[in-house]
Amino acid sequence: MDIRETLFRPVFRDNPIALQILGICSALAVTSSMQVSLVMAIALTLVTAFSSFFISSIRHYIPSSIRIIVQMTIIASLVIVVDQILKAVAYEISKQLSVFVGLIITNCIVMGRAEAYAMKNPPIPSFLDGLGNGLGYSFVLMTVAFVRELFGSGKLFGVEILPLVTEGGWYMPNGLLLLPPSAFFLIGLLIWAIRSWQKDQVEQPEFRITQHTPVEESA
Amino acid sequence: MSSNKEGLSRVLTVAFALCIVCSVVVSAAAVILKPAQEVNKTRDLKRNILMAAGLYDASLSVEEQFERVTTRVVDIDSGTYVDDIDPDSFDSRAAAKDPTRSRTLEADEDIAKIIRRSDHALVYLVNDESGSLDKVILPIHGYGLWSTLYGFVALEADGNTIAGLGFYEHGETPGLGGEVDNPRWKSLWEGKRAYRDGDVAISVAKGAVNPQSAAADWQVDGLSGATLTSRGVSNLVQFWLGADGFQPFLTNLRRGDA
Repeated sequence: MDIRETLFRPVFRDNPIALQILGICSALAVTSSMQVSLVMAIALTLVTAFSSFFISSIRHYIPSSIRIIVQMTIIASLVIVVDQILKAVAYEISKQLSVFVGLIITNCIVMGRAEAYAMKNPPIPSFLDGLGNGLGYSFVLMTVAFVRELFGSGKLFGVEILPLVTEGGWYMPNGLLLLPPSAFFLIGLLIWAIRSWQKDQVEQPEFRITQHTPVEESA
Repeated sequence: MSSNKEGLSRVLTVAFALCIVCSVVVSAAAVILKPAQEVNKTRDLKRNILMAAGLYDASLSVEEQFERVTTRVVDIDSGTYVDDIDPDSFDSRAAAKDPTRSRTLEADEDIAKIIRRSDHALVYLVNDESGSLDKVILPIHGYGLWSTLYGFVALEADGNTIAGLGFYEHGETPGLGGEVDNPRWKSLWEGKRAYRDGDVAISVAKGAVNPQSAAADWQVDGLSGATLTSRGVSNLVQFWLGADGFQPFLTNLRRGDA
């Protein structure tokens, strides 16, 4: 087992958001500020790592007929624990994250890693794989949040970088960046950038667009 | 072992054991963390109350600053204090849903679109150093564009001059209606007047207020790009300061016999 490979491969080479296009929903919803994104990224990383660990520990006992619901139960329990902890120690942020912590349960990355990796591998590599995929998710989240918060509200981690016109400064913020759809454009650009660098991630076209009618027939 | 892995008894045993373990973990977390969460919730509410009144100072603890504030329960219709309800346990959102403790508003009364209004409400009285009434903070809520906005409005002891306004919970569009949280906009409310000749006159204008106009004292600039949120805020402030809201209480308070 190559620890480096398991841990860092999902960050660039096999990124869950950029290559597998999983976990997009929360990446759209929470990335309007870096602080909230960071907490979300940490929460998801921990849930993915520990759920993979626990699922892998009991993988020999899980009957395949109920394996999905067993995975869900473990993931859901961990998410509730994370949510409760956030409410107790970081109340302000948990208020801003609102339902999205709960929605980690349905985040495809967590289920995807449990089903694809943890069910077949021992606990420690599964833990690292979960951690790695969490880092891959965090990398995308923080990149998107950086652009959105800086150009959408002129701040980074709530600290003013570009003084806004409405506060007496010179920067006119881009309101689109505060709305969820802007994350689509940013993730699209990010995927483009990653695939221009890692050429092997480019998918083969599934079909080729051809002319509907040959020119000589239509004439 | 693998021969009976898919057997019914095996499936049931695994499912049952897993449920037990998970429920113990989840309930343990909930029970252990509950006190800390309650403290956070109360502190958050108190901070919002202080912020609405423009009294909040981030360098001091919330509890310390809240010592100047007295919480009382008020009967909204008669405008008098009620002493047989404990302010610490009174939950206005639960009361508004309970038919025995609230009433349905008629369509023409219900400008804030809240449908039901509880019979009682909590009011927060802020005293100055000498112990006399300095500000009164009233809870308000109503519908904006997408969501119900919950907040507080603070009035000076004369029951007419607005000392501050703030919302602690809403789901309006960030950057547009969400600008109700903008400190610069909220500061526009300070010093405005609520009543003119005994009637509620405060409103959110469409666009900027002309400071020369006679009505400028009763108007606040609208939020650009958020006409419906501005209208919602205007309506909910008018409702809660009006005859179905806290006007009877404020009248009594001014006369000193609430």
